[in-house]
Amino acid sequence: MRHFSYLFVLLGCLVCAGWLEPIFKVNVFRRWRRLLLTLLPVAVVFVLWDLGAIAAGHWTFDPEQTTGVLFPGGLPLDEVLFFLVVPICAVLGFEAVRASLGKGDDE
Amino acid sequence: MAVLIGVPAAVLVDLFVLRTALVAKAVFWATYPIIIVFQLLSNGILTGRHIVIYDPDAIVGLRIAYAPVEDLFFGFAMILLTLSTWVWLGRRGVQRTPRAGEGSRLLSYLAARRGVGQGDQHVTGLRVQLDGVEGGEPGGGQRRDP
Repeated sequence: MRHFSYLFVLLGCLVCAGWLEPIFKVNVFRRWRRLLLTLLPVAVVFVLWDLGAIAAGHWTFDPEQTTGVLFPGGLPLDEVLFFLVVPICAVLGFEAVRASLGKGDDE
Repeated sequence: MAVLIGVPAAVLVDLFVLRTALVAKAVFWATYPIIIVFQLLSNGILTGRHIVIYDPDAIVGLRIAYAPVEDLFFGFAMILLTLSTWVWLGRRGVQRTPRAGEGSRLLSYLAARRGVGQGDQHVTGLRVQLDGVEGGEPGGGQRRDP
């Protein structure tokens, strides 16, 4: 189970922000095309940044606490998921605040 | 080092490339404190439990809740770029609807309760506070569901 430590953290993030979709009706997952188009450039930029940092030895990942699935450049699957989960949670939170304020895209 | 470039780069994209100017908007600064709590929590677990291990020579050494301060800058750049792209796409007409909050019984319930508004601070408190951040009058601009 220790191999799923990183994934559990990501799952926790999704649970903490995910309830906003059904309860607050932030309609982020319902606008999935817009969400995917948002995630793509962000994930690309930060995966590149991450690869650079891994190559430079700025940070490493505990093989015991990650899935062990590695992409070229030593990039763990867990880390790629991080770059998808965190932006999703950010958009969920942002849209919840906008719903509370009654603000739309042009405001 | 890359972190030093990341934050200004994200701000430049927000201001001059996508022109969403989120850093100048109250709605962004109302969201960011909420996100930063969860960011400190998750990054604190990731670094505190040594799932992600930083090279001590690569960071300045200042740590907040176990996580190096660089983590916060990295996160800020990622969140700003994400939200800027999301807003930009909306302005370009990509899936503007269904709007956030559309069809929420909770939001219409809260709006109705606030409409009554007699000494119900615990229900209306959050909304009034957020309206305050925005600088408008309480309830200003609030969309009500039919």
